[in-house]
Amino acid sequence: MTEQISAVQQPVAATQPTDLPTKASAQAGTITPSANLLKQIQKEIGVNANLCYQCRKCSAGCPMSWAMDYTPAQLIHAIRLGLSDLVFSSKTMWMCSSCQTCTTRCPQDVDIAKIMDTCKIMAVKQGIPSPVPSVHKFNKAALRNIKWFGRMYELGLIGDLKMRTFEFFKDAGLGMKMFFKGKLKIFPSISPGRTATTWRIFSRVDKKEKSKEQSANTK
Amino acid sequence: MKYGYYPGCSLHSTGAEYDHSLKAVCDSLKIELQEVPGWVCCGTSPAHASSHLLATALPIKNLSFAEEAGLNELVVPCAACFSRFKVSLHEISQDAKLGEEIKEIIGADYQNKVKVTHPLDLLDKVDEKAIKESIKKNLSGMKVVCYYGCLLTRPPKAMHFDDVEYPMSMDRVLEKCGATVLDWSYKTDCCGATFALTETDAVLKLTHKILENAKAVGANAIAVACPLCHANLDTRQTEIEEKYQAQYGIPVLYFSQIMGLAFGLDPKKLGMMKHLVSTEPVLANIH
Repeated sequence: MTEQISAVQQPVAATQPTDLPTKASAQAGTITPSANLLKQIQKEIGVNANLCYQCRKCSAGCPMSWAMDYTPAQLIHAIRLGLSDLVFSSKTMWMCSSCQTCTTRCPQDVDIAKIMDTCKIMAVKQGIPSPVPSVHKFNKAALRNIKWFGRMYELGLIGDLKMRTFEFFKDAGLGMKMFFKGKLKIFPSISPGRTATTWRIFSRVDKKEKSKEQSANTK
Repeated sequence: MKYGYYPGCSLHSTGAEYDHSLKAVCDSLKIELQEVPGWVCCGTSPAHASSHLLATALPIKNLSFAEEAGLNELVVPCAACFSRFKVSLHEISQDAKLGEEIKEIIGADYQNKVKVTHPLDLLDKVDEKAIKESIKKNLSGMKVVCYYGCLLTRPPKAMHFDDVEYPMSMDRVLEKCGATVLDWSYKTDCCGATFALTETDAVLKLTHKILENAKAVGANAIAVACPLCHANLDTRQTEIEEKYQAQYGIPVLYFSQIMGLAFGLDPKKLGMMKHLVSTEPVLANIH
């Protein structure tokens, strides 16, 4: 109780130079709600997290919530409170399997799975290391693979992933079994036309996103 | 009837038996599939987890290839590709500005003329008489549970595929082919999908529950429509058995392979020998 009183007497805004509350201030029980994070997400993908009334249906149906540090409903609530560094350093979005159960069942039509994707994208942009590095490394390896070959070349992807994670023996036995069943191709099917297609799309997306970021920064 | 066909990367590698069996079944039913010239990867989950624009541009680029080739309906068998195509179409229909941006990125004036269809939707609408006429073998000994996974039905606002929580199209199609189809609880539960190579323990935990329920209702085969679900349930099954001290040995088959078996097609041609869990018990049950 005394803690709460002192929280009121000493609001976060007085000690924090930014208006975004931090994880530390949240743990100390001093939360000053800020709408910035919510607005940022809404601007990015047009999803309004404020529609959430915490029924927690998303978390009840989530097949991965056991592996998360905050349930999807808690993450949404943290977004509404503007707890940026809690949100962006959370495991939650990295352990989301994109099964879309939350989005499907939300009575308020909040696209929670899309918010999860956006949190990953925003965290990476800010250079916050993923607490589940293997997933981030897999995404990077897969995208490079698609950009170079036009189509996913699985053996190349596995090799690239192993170079990033240093887990050289993980699934080696299974890989051999799949190889002998003819499930893995040794060589990629290379076509200059296809590579040109994906290369062009990747670079245009990159350019567009950079110019958007620049114009947002200058505003 | 001629349809466009987008196999996707998996059907050219780990899920080749889905590609072969689906083409063979469509051939038997006189459904012509024409592969989209120059198709590229749909971007799958790494794209939508990294860039909203990229995840929308890659599927629309493929649709513009189909449009240029004069195809007005595109059959997309891989559940993950199917989902990316449908979601991207939904996104550009909701946001005209995004649609314009995508046109610039793909360098094509996509006119939104191509309808995206899943083969299950297509086969569910095939006249029952045509299917019955093609049947050469009796599959009644095959007790199968139909596993749809996440991405065929969810999210319904974009997918418009069957019932979202308890779909029946695969059940109907396989029943028409003479298989014994069982009710069960895990039709649309998640198998861990994209975590196969990264957070493998999570995949084992989720697939274990699916296999447990399949066994509990007495299934001797699981039918799937997604190469990722297949990989997680088939190639990881021995690992699941070891980790959870269980015994399953339940073959995981693509629905198109089961149809092909009913049509009397050569099991080898259907890729029945490509699975890690032996399909021998299933083949021995067909008369």
